[in-house]
Amino acid sequence: MKIQEVLSLISGTVVEGEAFSDREVDCAFASDLMSDVLTLRTDKAVMLITGLCNMQTIRTCEISDIKVVVFVRGKKATDEMKELAEDNDMVLISTDFSLYSTSGILFGANLPNVY
Amino acid sequence: MHFEYQVEGGDFSNAGTTSSVVKKMMKQLGVDSAIVKRTVVALYEAEVNIVAHAYRGTIFVDLDDTCVKIKLEDEGPGIPDIEQAMQMGFSTASPEVREMGFGAGMGLPNMKSNSDKLSVTSVVGKGTTVEITNFF
Ligand SMILES: Nc1ncnc2c1ncn2[C@@H]1O[C@H](COP(=O)(O)OP(=O)(O)O)[C@@H](O)[C@H]1O
Ligand SMILES: [Mg+2]
Repeated sequence: MKIQEVLSLISGTVVEGEAFSDREVDCAFASDLMSDVLTLRTDKAVMLITGLCNMQTIRTCEISDIKVVVFVRGKKATDEMKELAEDNDMVLISTDFSLYSTSGILFGANLPNVY
Repeated sequence: MHFEYQVEGGDFSNAGTTSSVVKKMMKQLGVDSAIVKRTVVALYEAEVNIVAHAYRGTIFVDLDDTCVKIKLEDEGPGIPDIEQAMQMGFSTASPEVREMGFGAGMGLPNMKSNSDKLSVTSVVGKGTTVEITNFF
């Protein structure tokens, strides 16, 4: 699914990485637990949907090769987070929907799960 | 090749910076990307453990044509029962660690599944040493 489609489905805004918004994601994973994200075993382009909005979210994505992150409930990335995301060519998206709604909408629109 | 990095306990905003540096270095050296990923996932969980559970530590990285060996040596409370600590779900993490997205007792089990060889030794009241080896 194209990032543009993700944005329109969840009324999302790109808060970092506008230049990469024509990118595609193959599947999505939703979690607030970074240890859980670190257990993912896939070569696909994963999008993370999360309510955890801190430096460890970005670090975990850097380590896990995750390039697209959706922060739910309108959570705002800090400048420090945006800088680290920029260094790693990541796209950060913000939506007012909850983790449940965001996941439900995207799953309903046929964005596959990881597991 | 040999590299050394210092890690401070409790320094949550910098947790993972060494793992990030090691990832870039291994990529630059042309190590297979699947091996890089496994190695840095294990290293990152181990680095977070120093930040979360110990006072300070040193990370030693040794690379040759056959493997990467990473030793994480910390000064800290140590682990009284390593077998118990290796169990999925066992955790003594503080609420602060949970707020970082860790502290579910999944770190050590995931380190094990991402390394070809994992060794954990500890002296209570002194510190813990973790060694991760991955072959190319
Ligand atoms: N470097 C360390 N120093 C002291 N205790 C540790 C260290 N690493 C792990 N532990 C202990 O082992 C437990 C399990 O570790 P881990 O599987 O990484 O889970 P978590 O870090 O989420 O608690 C920790 O909660 C802690 O009690
Ligand atoms: Mg841990």
